[in-house]
Amino acid sequence: MSLTNEHIKNRLAEKFGDVLTNFEEAFGMMSFHAPKELNLKVMQFLYDEEDLQFRFLSDLTAVHYPNQKGAELAVVYHLHNFVDNVRLRFKVFTDITTPQVYTATSLFSSANWMERETYDFFGVDFVGHPNLVRILNVDEMDYFPMRKEFPLEDQTRVDKDDEMFGRGGNVGI
Amino acid sequence: MSEQQHIKLPEGSIEKQTNTLNLGPTHPATHGVFQNVLELDGERIVSATPTVGYIHRAFEKIAERRPYYQVTPLTDRLNYCSAPINNIGWHLTVEKLLGIQTPKRVDYLRVIIMELARITDHLICNSVIGVDSGAFTGFLYVMQYRELVYEIYEEICGSRLTTNIGRVGGFERNFTPAAFQKIEKFLAEYPDVLKEFENLFTRNRIFMERTQGVGKITGERAMNYGFTGPNLRAAGVDYDVRVANPYSSYQDFEFSIPVGTTGDTYDRFLVRNAEMWQSLGIIRQAMDKLKTLPEDVFHADVPAYYLPDKDDVYTKMEALIYHFKIVMGESEILPGELYHPVEGANGELGFYLISDGGRSPYRLHFRRPCFVYYQAYPELVKGAMLSDAIICLSSLNLIAGELDA
Repeated sequence: MSLTNEHIKNRLAEKFGDVLTNFEEAFGMMSFHAPKELNLKVMQFLYDEEDLQFRFLSDLTAVHYPNQKGAELAVVYHLHNFVDNVRLRFKVFTDITTPQVYTATSLFSSANWMERETYDFFGVDFVGHPNLVRILNVDEMDYFPMRKEFPLEDQTRVDKDDEMFGRGGNVGI
Repeated sequence: MSEQQHIKLPEGSIEKQTNTLNLGPTHPATHGVFQNVLELDGERIVSATPTVGYIHRAFEKIAERRPYYQVTPLTDRLNYCSAPINNIGWHLTVEKLLGIQTPKRVDYLRVIIMELARITDHLICNSVIGVDSGAFTGFLYVMQYRELVYEIYEEICGSRLTTNIGRVGGFERNFTPAAFQKIEKFLAEYPDVLKEFENLFTRNRIFMERTQGVGKITGERAMNYGFTGPNLRAAGVDYDVRVANPYSSYQDFEFSIPVGTTGDTYDRFLVRNAEMWQSLGIIRQAMDKLKTLPEDVFHADVPAYYLPDKDDVYTKMEALIYHFKIVMGESEILPGELYHPVEGANGELGFYLISDGGRSPYRLHFRRPCFVYYQAYPELVKGAMLSDAIICLSSLNLIAGELDA
């Protein structure tokens, strides 16, 4: 038995109608966008159906798109069907002021830390998560560092005082 | 051991009290900087709370500012026991994005390096289980042979631990005859040592008593927890990225996926040992296949992404232009979004890369296998003894650098 992306798409369209958008197939992996209220329903459907069986959560992370007003944060799920060896990716978008997305921990135990990491770096508030606290950064941190408003230092900048960094200058004269 | 019942005592009685023990962050038995707050009832573990993040270095953020070729050294520092797999996984991701086809010889050379890396990673993990259960000898036997592998790395790329091996499109230079000699030497000598190592442990009564039934997990729970690699296979699920989504011509090789049944520490140990034998077989096959291929091919013909020969840079206009563009990160990168998994030594190492066409990734996320499965640790050790917690931890093959990215 082999499961085709076309079949998955049809099954999803049957169940959810046209709320799932942006179906694409790049580099052999199907991806689509789902409304954020439906993220759990979509995952549950993909998990339960006999012919789909996406029962492995490969990866869960977020991406910040500062220019998409009202949909700045995307939470990205990578699911994997071990039986037919098919992977798929879907995204849910949320605005950055109320970044609330339902947690997937009830379905996948592995989502626990991945969601904590996503919260830690992007501030996505996973509703219903058992322990949504920072995981890699210090607890006292009051911002979400992977957002694009925190750029890294420009490597070509010249306004730094080299003396402060142990380079150059007339030290010791 | 988890089936043992706790004695019910009245609330507030002194025997009811539990002790808190900080295992880590710098405990020698954790083999890395991470902390476990254990709640102990006598010597039995009531609950464990893992704390991670002590060596978080923000690689994903740093990668957003770097040209693609400068991300490679960051990947070294994820799972530093098998850095070449990370390096090559990253090159493969970029090659997939750019649509670069590598010659067969490059694929086979990469397979050799990746399997050597898998052997070094597994031999460390397995011998350390021995160390943590009181058997130091095996560790000393095999460490000597990790040295041989590091000498092979040294011959190929000049460095040993954090290798930064290869480039997008192939290798920075061809393998020397000395490198092949060293690989042959390793292939000739290592099987006897591995055999001896297995003789010391596999049917050793003390080792079996210490490891069997410790840190047990069923296949279903393991999948739910996102286990991959040897830890998942020890629980009986035969998932291996090399077979499921072959990369770097793994489809040309004959090998089997060893699986366990119970998913305990002993099975994880056996699976890793069996995988080392498989890896040796793969390297042997690759060495044979190389004999039929032209000897001077070590990179794909992609002048826009692969640094030209230094002699050409000084004498040829084209080469100079490409050299400049690559070093300045000005080569044209296509926009795209992809997830590329490779079979790391401890599980599925995934690179989720979004390129917006700029000089550096728009977003790069590492799917680090041990970060995902370490969260099962409280469930694995609940109800076990303190000494079981230690060997369970070492049998999971946690690498702090990968855990914290």
